[in-house]
Amino acid sequence: MQKPIYLPVVAGLAICATGALAETPVLQVLTYDSFVSEWGPGPAVEAAFEAECACDLEFVGSSDGAALLARLQLEGPRTEFDVVLGLDTNLTAAARETGLFAPHGVTADLDLPIEWTDPDFLPFDWGYFAFVGNADATSASSLRDLADSDLKIVIQDPRSSTPGLGLLMWVKDAYPEEAADLWATLADNIVTVTPGWSEAYGMFLDGEADAVLSYTTSPAYHLIAEEDASKVAWSFDEGHYMQVEVAGKVASTDQSDLADQFLAFMVSDGFQSVIPTTNWMYPAVIPEAGLPEGFETLMTPTASLLKSPEDAAAIRDEALEEWRNALSQ
Amino acid sequence: MAQRAVSINPRWPGALSGALVLMLTLGTLAAVALRADWQSGIQAADWAAIRFTVVQAIVSAFVSVLCAIPVARALARRRFRGRGLLITLLGAPFLLPVVVAIVGLLAVFGRSGILNVFITTLGFDPIAIYGFHGVVLAHVFFNLPLAVRFILQGWLSIPAERFRLAASLGMPIGRFLEIPMLRSVVPSTFLVIFLICLTSFAVALTLGGGPKTTTVELAIYQALRFDFDLGRAALLACIQFGLCVIAALLAWKFTVHIGMGTGFDRTVARWDLDRPFIDYLWIALAAAFLLVPLGMIIVRGLPGLLVMPGTVWIAALRSIAVAIGSATLCCTMSVALALWGRKWANIIGVLPLAASGLVVGTGAFLIVFPFVAPSAVALPITVLVNATLALPFVMRAIGPAIAAVQDDYGQLGASVGLSGWAWLRIVVLPRIRRPLGFGAGLSAALSMGDLGVITLFAGKSEETLPLAMYRLMGAYRMDAAAGAAVLLLGLSFMIFYLCDTGGRRDADV
Repeated sequence: MQKPIYLPVVAGLAICATGALAETPVLQVLTYDSFVSEWGPGPAVEAAFEAECACDLEFVGSSDGAALLARLQLEGPRTEFDVVLGLDTNLTAAARETGLFAPHGVTADLDLPIEWTDPDFLPFDWGYFAFVGNADATSASSLRDLADSDLKIVIQDPRSSTPGLGLLMWVKDAYPEEAADLWATLADNIVTVTPGWSEAYGMFLDGEADAVLSYTTSPAYHLIAEEDASKVAWSFDEGHYMQVEVAGKVASTDQSDLADQFLAFMVSDGFQSVIPTTNWMYPAVIPEAGLPEGFETLMTPTASLLKSPEDAAAIRDEALEEWRNALSQ
Repeated sequence: MAQRAVSINPRWPGALSGALVLMLTLGTLAAVALRADWQSGIQAADWAAIRFTVVQAIVSAFVSVLCAIPVARALARRRFRGRGLLITLLGAPFLLPVVVAIVGLLAVFGRSGILNVFITTLGFDPIAIYGFHGVVLAHVFFNLPLAVRFILQGWLSIPAERFRLAASLGMPIGRFLEIPMLRSVVPSTFLVIFLICLTSFAVALTLGGGPKTTTVELAIYQALRFDFDLGRAALLACIQFGLCVIAALLAWKFTVHIGMGTGFDRTVARWDLDRPFIDYLWIALAAAFLLVPLGMIIVRGLPGLLVMPGTVWIAALRSIAVAIGSATLCCTMSVALALWGRKWANIIGVLPLAASGLVVGTGAFLIVFPFVAPSAVALPITVLVNATLALPFVMRAIGPAIAAVQDDYGQLGASVGLSGWAWLRIVVLPRIRRPLGFGAGLSAALSMGDLGVITLFAGKSEETLPLAMYRLMGAYRMDAAAGAAVLLLGLSFMIFYLCDTGGRRDADV
């Protein structure tokens, strides 16, 4: 019943699409929403890459990191996308398993606090998860300290949000055996659990909690964009779990050379210098001009925690179960 | 009666609308199920989620309807300056996107909300909104407006002649007019709100305070986004439809149909208006509960209007176009369905309420993807899906009115040979103008605030206002996002107001 209605529309659009196909090759990059928005890195990166590639770089935004992989899986090998940008290491094991990705083939001198050897996925930025609170208020010095305190926090749901999943990994990595116990002690500190980062961060700014799960780089936004030094990231003794954001080349791409060129460009200055003040993360390669002024004020964790993609995938269900049981009491 | 109504009207518009709704609800579900590789079934945690979802939906619907009855009664009985505007204003919370509504509620009931500031200055302990009661509070905030409108419509549908008759015979109005009316209106109102709460996701999680208040919709989200477990998502969506069917059958079982008969559309004059204090107290309480959070959203967002980037205005224009498109489509489909035949129309008419927005979006994506780039059809698909998802509300609003027209004027119409378009234009449309205006406004405003299907399809150049707002939030720009929320609230309300008052123009309400 539906066909008669939309077939003419489809046909019309198909004709338009063919008409638009000019000589210049098009590179289609699937990424998350905030990357393509006008405040994200998208517009500047697009301009810089198009200046050197004689191509048309097209970013397509699709909500958040977790949604990217689901989107690619929905489309399957027939996908038009050439590169997927914005997965993190909690998702790369599942991404690899789909067989939809090809090795990136780039050798780059990355400035990550850890060694990077993944042949399939190449980092473009990274950050440390941290609880962000107000500068003039009480803070906690460790996960354990936070759990024992009366401080109130807002976190994200690990079942619907990548930072939420990051915290789950953080707790599990710092307390492999006692994660369930730590969550049980944390339960009375948690004001609420939100579906995504935005809601939680907004609630913190509105005064609903003493701190919110975010990144050590979050205070840089307030400092640089709003000239407001009132937000700080709490430094925790256990060390801080990292989020490494990566891109991968889609195996079925029809623009293989262009995709390679883009991935190489991704770890060059033209891309990396845009990252700090648009994505508010650390660039994977420090730009020649260094980090923007203000980044030197950020808290540097004593230890960097990160599970391998395979380990992260292997313990996820168990960690989720512990989290759910502890917080459902 | 139904037989005669059918003979007056051609069947195909209704059949076509019905097929379209089925396609977008069950068809999209089938598309998801067909792609699934069924790696896992329903998990233990899902059963807990199903239990919680049903319980909170029952309680939320019960409280909403219970509070709505005295408010609607008070509004039906009293006449005062600004009553029409107040009735429209009270509808506003229902039109809000969830993210915005939560901000407004927390500004009042949150840890640092005005209520707690007030309580703590008096020396009492602050109250916590988070928990089961928070979920119910938020759902009542959303759905009380809808319940009030539906029940108020019931009151207004009692012809003035019946009140006159009752007054002249000295019959108690409550027992002979109001309770029978409520028995015909309340079950379907309860059903609609129960089903809305059944598919709740962000409200339940955020105000519930943690995984205890996981709903089926969150489990679907997790299955689709994080686990890519299409089979589990499809199963959960089936359970939602199953619950919908059970609830619908129960609601119909308890519905008592009444024929109030026709009148001459006179102004209702009441002879039983004692105790005005209680009526005004109810109106004041409802107004405070619904309007203070709205006021907080506006107060917080106004400065943000100035820092909003220009693209938000373009997104707003796009949203207005989508809203008008889906309202037009939705009203056309609803009228066609309602005229088609009552039994089928009723079942199809509530189905979209139980549809998981995510499953509909994913299914539509799977259907469209082989033929065309999803971003190329983002806006048409959004119009189509939004029209379908708003259909139950419009059906609920115009259904009884159309049934009444068919009952009351069907024979007369047939005897003078009115049929098809002429019957619709001369008899039906003028008589359903009030609920149709309300329905059009509702569907337009709901479409304006919708952030469901567009996130799956949209590229950069298909950004709607709610999506622009959400992207601002994701980029730390909470002030600008609050500004966009005010713009969204203003536009949704304006479009609702225009349609709603358009429908009531020179009607004596």
